[in-house]
Amino acid sequence: MSSTDLTRRTAAETAAAIAAREVSAVEVAQAHLDRIAAVDDRVHAFLHVDAEGALAQAARVDAGELSGPLAGVPLALKDVLCQEGIPTTVGSKILEGWRPPYDATVTARLKAAGVVLLGKTNMDEFAMGSSTEHSAYGPTHNPWDLDRIPGGSGGGSAAAVAAYEAPLAIGTDTGGSIRQPASVTGTVGVKPTYGGVSRYGLVAFSSSLDQAGPCARTVLDAALLHAVIAGHDPADSTSIPLPVPPVVEAAQKRDITGLRIGVVKELAGEGYEAGVEARFAEAVELLTALGATVTEVSCPHFGYALPAYYLIAPSEASSNLARFDSVRFGLRVGDDGVHSLEEVMSLTREQGFGPEVKRRIMLGTYALSSGYYDAYYGQAQKVRTLITQDFTRAFEQVDVLVSPASPGVAFRLGEKLGDPLAMYRQDLATIPSNLYGGPAMSLPCGLSDGLPVGLQIMAPTMRDDLLYQVGGAFEAALPAPVPSLSWES
Amino acid sequence: MTVPYLEALQEFEPVIGLETHVELGTNSKMFCGCAAEFGAEPNTRTCPVCLGLPGALPVVNEKAIESTVRIGLALHCSIATWCRFARKNYFYPDMPKNFQTSQYDEPLCVDGYLDVEVGGETVRVEIERVHLEEDTGKTLHVGGATGRISGATHSLVDYNRAGIPLVEIVTRPVTGTGERAAAVAKAYVAELRDLLRGLDVSDVRMEQGSMRCDVNTSLGRPGEPWGTRTETKNVNSLRSVERAVRSEVERQAVVLRSGGRIVQETRHFSEATGTTSPGRSKEEATDYRYFPEPDLVPVAPDPAWVAALKAALPEPPSVRRKQLVTQLGLSENDSQAMVNAGVLDLVLATVEAGAPAAEARNWWLGHLAQAANSAGTSPDELAITPAAVARVVELVASGSLTAGLARQVVDGVLAGEGAPDDVVAARGLAVVSDEGALGSAVDEAIAAQPGIADKVRGGKLPAVGALVGAVMKATRGQADAAVVRKLLLERLGVSE
Repeated sequence: MSSTDLTRRTAAETAAAIAAREVSAVEVAQAHLDRIAAVDDRVHAFLHVDAEGALAQAARVDAGELSGPLAGVPLALKDVLCQEGIPTTVGSKILEGWRPPYDATVTARLKAAGVVLLGKTNMDEFAMGSSTEHSAYGPTHNPWDLDRIPGGSGGGSAAAVAAYEAPLAIGTDTGGSIRQPASVTGTVGVKPTYGGVSRYGLVAFSSSLDQAGPCARTVLDAALLHAVIAGHDPADSTSIPLPVPPVVEAAQKRDITGLRIGVVKELAGEGYEAGVEARFAEAVELLTALGATVTEVSCPHFGYALPAYYLIAPSEASSNLARFDSVRFGLRVGDDGVHSLEEVMSLTREQGFGPEVKRRIMLGTYALSSGYYDAYYGQAQKVRTLITQDFTRAFEQVDVLVSPASPGVAFRLGEKLGDPLAMYRQDLATIPSNLYGGPAMSLPCGLSDGLPVGLQIMAPTMRDDLLYQVGGAFEAALPAPVPSLSWES
Repeated sequence: MTVPYLEALQEFEPVIGLETHVELGTNSKMFCGCAAEFGAEPNTRTCPVCLGLPGALPVVNEKAIESTVRIGLALHCSIATWCRFARKNYFYPDMPKNFQTSQYDEPLCVDGYLDVEVGGETVRVEIERVHLEEDTGKTLHVGGATGRISGATHSLVDYNRAGIPLVEIVTRPVTGTGERAAAVAKAYVAELRDLLRGLDVSDVRMEQGSMRCDVNTSLGRPGEPWGTRTETKNVNSLRSVERAVRSEVERQAVVLRSGGRIVQETRHFSEATGTTSPGRSKEEATDYRYFPEPDLVPVAPDPAWVAALKAALPEPPSVRRKQLVTQLGLSENDSQAMVNAGVLDLVLATVEAGAPAAEARNWWLGHLAQAANSAGTSPDELAITPAAVARVVELVASGSLTAGLARQVVDGVLAGEGAPDDVVAARGLAVVSDEGALGSAVDEAIAAQPGIADKVRGGKLPAVGALVGAVMKATRGQADAAVVRKLLLERLGVSE
């Protein structure tokens, strides 16, 4: 079998082939390492490739030491999750060279399941961005068109999956950082229920919003990965002590007859590209054709989601990022015996953080400061409650909600870099689920001007299975478009 | 110009307030599984969580919640049915995350009180709140003369203490105490310490920092609004609590009399001088940007569980004290003398450790009270435990030590030479009652003072005391005096 065939397979197919000894995990790992070596100079999905570790893990699978539904399947880990001994930069200069002394719970679960960790993927610094252009290590390029962004913050993970560098990747989603990249790269991305996947070892951006989740090329692959990483973790006190919803079974059901689907009235119109709205309308028709009952649902406070998010997330970030002070780890600038401690801290943060991170630290510091707390952070929390109520009411009428995942297709590199608000608006449709805490998925629903469009499905908390049920049925009826990768030749 | 304390309080009304931090004696830290212990090698009791490494998350220590609720209940507080931790944001190298996980506007316990006895009267000190937080690491400034940051060439940080559960107990302002202000402050801290010890939630060792006080003091003229307060930190003994109040009262009176203005500030207390000096000014206050800790779920103590904890609380120290005093047959005078000397609980603990009440009383009111006095500390801060005193009493009772040797053993323990048995062994302080071993010393004493020996032979028995003394001196006090006397009389051919 050619190594191209090995990289084009789904995770489920690869796992089955390895389990049946048709191919070794080491061969699969090597095929993907070769693929990375061949294309990543142009895609730049990876910040670090751990060939040695990947092959060693694959060998353990081949030796029968590790088994499971994804044993031997390669995976790209977003550089925001700690992996013991492997550089973890969060896309920032401030952590350049830092090697965590411990594994994130997600990392540990992947290792225990025999998943082969290929390396760490590029991201907007501290997961702040929608294009991966805010990485301190240079942007990632969209495999559909190398001049375009792969979304963000998890552009590296989405691009690695879309460019066949890995069948699976882990992303994290604070305001859309799994779903928007999935949308613009034609892949499947899921933000699980907040508390469904442990955050232990996930370098925090916004603690009450961050959630790690699967990136894949198929709904089933995403479900298989979801099942490996989810579940209660006593090391994360916000982790939900309930069984993981039956996501794999749901992905295989391929039946949505009678399911009630609500189209969110507020997630359309101004700010959404015509091509996106057209594909979304067709997707809704398809869901109806598949037997679902589709109605329009109003979530009146969704319009306030973006401003509320841009108060809550930076506020938490301003505190979470305070620990990057040069004292215990990471970059240290100006430690020359002349500068004071305070000056060393300031110089380190001045040089270690990029402009978007600094912008958000300042926004958050301001929003939390005495005299402004009630007007900003406090008010944003009230809006968050209202948005949660919108979801709860909507889910009294319907089983899931749908919308476009991203208001537009992949834009050109540099196009929105000078306009933070335009960049922030990329997350218009994805942010409400983060504020609510419920699960949401983006999966491909066709092309606009030759570029992928994503359909977003949103479900009630701890009903992640509904995403996979709808996604699985939709994907069976409308297979994902495949990138030409014409730049390869 | 100086204004003596009593004179100051004839002119001004004092308002005091106390914030007490207590390190809980839990096995593990507040938010991780690291051992919460004192005195380990620096940075050996740490993990990603208490080092604040990227990605690490806290999980609440349930035992710490339980201890805090029990403290709140013992202080007659209401216990929250739902509350959250909050982040207090500020940069400091011994704060691993550059925020302290604490509680802000939703403390676990509120609105309680503690009654204290001062000069035979009961003063009710109201408790505003009891909340739980994590301790910081310890910074050591090296290379300077003072150990303070100014002049230091570098600083070392030990994170063993970072994340140890810390309970903060805050009083409401205590008014109307007049000249008893300093005594009330001291009595409150002493009573609180005894209460916490009785709850077995902390070892409450002020000298080791497991209990630390900040003392707020202000003065105002009668009928006028309260004055501006200062907050005195670094108050690490009961005696210092009293001295800190006195010193601030005297200092503020000088300023106010001369028409000056008290600056709202943090002041440092110096054990050496008994005075305070300015620290950081609170007028350029840090904005801590408190907000609810998003990494922790709210704490919601089950009312039934709280009720069970309340039912299982031990007797408060005041009640227990009265019971024991009665049981032991100590007189009212005796017990009052012990209260005044601050040794009642120590005596009772020594009795509980096996010593007869009279012996325990004599040690703590006598030799140990003197030792504390000359060391400028209070008896309970001496480096000897009631159990060690009881052991010394036992050694005397069994004839292994004489009274003189016992004092040497106690002094050895106070000097940090170890437990009583270690001191006995190291100093070679066992009583010598072997007649053969004493024989030569007896002979030498007789030979050295023939005149006295003759007097004894001539029937003047009391004169033998001088010879006994000589033998005791020659044996460095280790001889059993009764045996020595018997031997001397035998050698001199005299019978009693």
